Amino acid sequence: MRRALATFCLGVSLGSLGACGPGTTDIVAVDGSSTVYPITEAVAEEFQKGGRGRVTIGVSGTGGGFKKLCKGEVALSGASRPIRPSEVELCKEARIDYIELPVAYDGIAVVVHPDNAWVDHLSVEELRRMWEPAAQDRIKRWSDVREGWPDTELHLFGPGVDSGTYDYFTKAIVGQEHSSRGDFTSSEDDNVLVQGVSTDRGALGFFGFAYYSENADKLRVVPVDGGAGPILPSLQTVADGSYQPLSRPIFIYVSRKEAERGEVAAFVDFYLDSSAELVAEVGYVPLPDPAYALVRRRFAAKTTGSVFGGEGSKVGASVEQTLANG
Amino acid sequence: MSTPDPARTRPPSRLAEQLVRALCLTAVILPVLLLVGLIVDVTGQASERLSWDFITSFPSRHPDEAGILPGIVGSFWLIAMTGTVALPVGVGAAIYLEEYGGRGRLANLIEVNLANLAGVPSIIYGLLGLELFVRALGMGRSLAAGALAMALLVLPIVIMSSREALRTVPRTLREAGMALGATRWQVIRQVVLPMAMPGILTGAILAIARAIGEAAPLIILGAITYVGFLPDGPGSPFTVLPIQIFNWVSRPQPGFVVDAAAGIVVLLVTLLVLSGAAIYLRHRFERLREG
Amino acid sequence: MVDPSRSSLIRARTTTGERLTERLLLACGLLSVLTTAAIVGVLLLETLEFFSEVSLAQFFGDTQWTPLFADKHFGIWPLVAGTLLTSAIAIAVALPFGLLAAVYLAEFARPGVRRVLKPTLELLAGVPTIVYGYFALVALTPLLQRLIPELAGFNALSPGLAMGIMIIPMISSLSEDAIHAVPRTLREAAYALGASRLQTIFRIVLPTAMSGIAASVVLAVSRAVGETMIVAIAAGQQPRLTADPRVPVETMTAYIVQVGLGDTPTGTLEYRTIFAVGAALFLMTFVINLASQRLARRFRGAYG
Repeated sequence: MRRALATFCLGVSLGSLGACGPGTTDIVAVDGSSTVYPITEAVAEEFQKGGRGRVTIGVSGTGGGFKKLCKGEVALSGASRPIRPSEVELCKEARIDYIELPVAYDGIAVVVHPDNAWVDHLSVEELRRMWEPAAQDRIKRWSDVREGWPDTELHLFGPGVDSGTYDYFTKAIVGQEHSSRGDFTSSEDDNVLVQGVSTDRGALGFFGFAYYSENADKLRVVPVDGGAGPILPSLQTVADGSYQPLSRPIFIYVSRKEAERGEVAAFVDFYLDSSAELVAEVGYVPLPDPAYALVRRRFAAKTTGSVFGGEGSKVGASVEQTLANG
Repeated sequence: MSTPDPARTRPPSRLAEQLVRALCLTAVILPVLLLVGLIVDVTGQASERLSWDFITSFPSRHPDEAGILPGIVGSFWLIAMTGTVALPVGVGAAIYLEEYGGRGRLANLIEVNLANLAGVPSIIYGLLGLELFVRALGMGRSLAAGALAMALLVLPIVIMSSREALRTVPRTLREAGMALGATRWQVIRQVVLPMAMPGILTGAILAIARAIGEAAPLIILGAITYVGFLPDGPGSPFTVLPIQIFNWVSRPQPGFVVDAAAGIVVLLVTLLVLSGAAIYLRHRFERLREG
Repeated sequence: MVDPSRSSLIRARTTTGERLTERLLLACGLLSVLTTAAIVGVLLLETLEFFSEVSLAQFFGDTQWTPLFADKHFGIWPLVAGTLLTSAIAIAVALPFGLLAAVYLAEFARPGVRRVLKPTLELLAGVPTIVYGYFALVALTPLLQRLIPELAGFNALSPGLAMGIMIIPMISSLSEDAIHAVPRTLREAAYALGASRLQTIFRIVLPTAMSGIAASVVLAVSRAVGETMIVAIAAGQQPRLTADPRVPVETMTAYIVQVGLGDTPTGTLEYRTIFAVGAALFLMTFVINLASQRLARRFRGAYG
């Protein structure tokens, strides 16, 4: 009995010692956008297979990721839109410099239940009518969106409001970031959205093109008319910029200070080297090779600051051009 | 139940009574059948993924390569640390209440408090852990923070089951010990605790079983979506079995639902092994006590 | 009685070592009180901060809950409605099953049968809630969709049903105890007056045990209100003020998980909303538990 008690006491003291001691230091902590998550997950999985280091990935959304990056809580953060002025300020106050690295193109797919036969395409105007804040009490059924559509209840699904996808969608469709109706199923976890739309006949949702292509058998993607006729999102229409206004580059932002750490530098190098292959595998559109070369150079030179951002989401920007000009 | 119930000795006469009896029996059997059906269904779904590879692999973006190793290791770290904190404290509190407390005001306060604490939803412990351990004490989203929150969560269970175990020890034994000149603590340590050990251990395993299946508070205070390595100390980030299952079940690809099913089987088998251990320990201690 | 060696023993009992041990054990007991204090403290602190930015009128007067959006509303009612709806469905399942099971175990089952059936039934409560969540989402919802085509993929119905199955043993076990505690003499009196067995059970025993049964049901309600994983997985994340079990809803607990998963940074209003919701949840379960304890005490007072 005495031995048991002694073991308990020892255990308690050891436990509390451990609790007060420093955390594990060789970990590359990643957070940020759920849109960038599949790429980072793939890169981390391959990186760790080689036993090159340990990576944790959280999904706090682009905004949440920037807040953590600027607090020095993570080494890098995924972002599905460029950094905003307010976030630039946040990092400046905390004296955290960051390196901005575009890693892929993404399109936002607008999807409905596969049995939904009435939606042939949606114009930006119709999407706006569904999603703008004023729609909250007015657009409740499909028949409210376009005449002739059935009197079925409209259930909307969209990414969480901390996500860059939500920011970008609201900017491109409603015209103002963070401005939308509030009565839709909103989740940081895009999987919840896929599941929601694929099991609900009255559903309409939007999320990253990658999630759509992984679940193409369960969803129907809707062509979007941005003024030049209805266009379906695809690897091609996203890369050549014809799927407008819903395609854009996505990024990782690396803390300059953390980049000094060997394992962080190794992870980011690995990230950029394997992006071309892994990005396509998880359903995004890789940047052209010259663009990756520019991005690698940017990281090697530890060039801080943003050439894409400062103003939040931009609609229709080419990575190569912007990098070359920056 | 010792003396025969007059109604039971009477021959079952009326149809109505038989019907009600059947209805009541259905109310017992049906939910149990549902549970069995669920477990069979899950196991069936899981069968294509359940293999040694699944247990020894890391999570993956490819559902058919994904494994649950970090969840298993994380869960074991977590329950070991939770037990280390909750058991001594819980047993200590139980000893105080049963052996020292009596009807004192402090004992009464603890008593009332325990009854209420047991009814607090588990997610509230997550909020407590997030604010107190993760933020205020600066532990971060670590195993230590998770284990401490979990220890507080299971503390009422440990205390209540230990008290019941202590109560089964006859008063006369304590009096005999005292009469032989032992101090109160000596009596407790050498007579009462060994006698109550099987009950205490059973309660401890119940508490650990609760901790191993609990996900909500850990999600609040430490959820990280992707952990592709094993924890190496109390300060390490972590995942546990139920959180890994939660991640999989909320993915829409059918492959991950199969992973979730396989994860559930691993979790249920772990619980089964724990309960088996509880029964075995109890049995052994009882024989020791008799021998 | 007055033995010299004995008197020295009495002194030994109050040596510093003994006193220290007692203090240490008391500290263990007080830790649970401290836990409660810490819970109340943490919730109160963050909730007060929350209400310095959001008025009580908004919290209790608004009918929309959209704190994460540009157009922010802080009406708690949609979350409360989601919580009450799923809990009501759970109780609608658990009450008849639990009560009938209790009657069977207490009144019909032979002791041997009872010894096997009772722990088996209690297994239902020992299954981790994540398993029920999986069950609700992967098995129950698709099954129900065949019967109710307009049932959405996320809805209040299936998690409510799954939760109901989970809490059956809470009602059955505690109700059975209450039924057991009804004095034998009452039954015998009923039989002596010529009552049939069913009459005795339903007119005498159950009404007598009513406050004990009610206590078990109320406790089960509290459990359903606080349940998290099942609703987080299967009910959706859409706060809406509705009593329709077919559409996605969001419970208070599911909201906390939703924001917790997004890992909101400290000090923001979003961060505080989960503590405000947590405080409301804590209060709700506290009041419900108190009611249950009161009912149980009344029952024990009569037949304990």
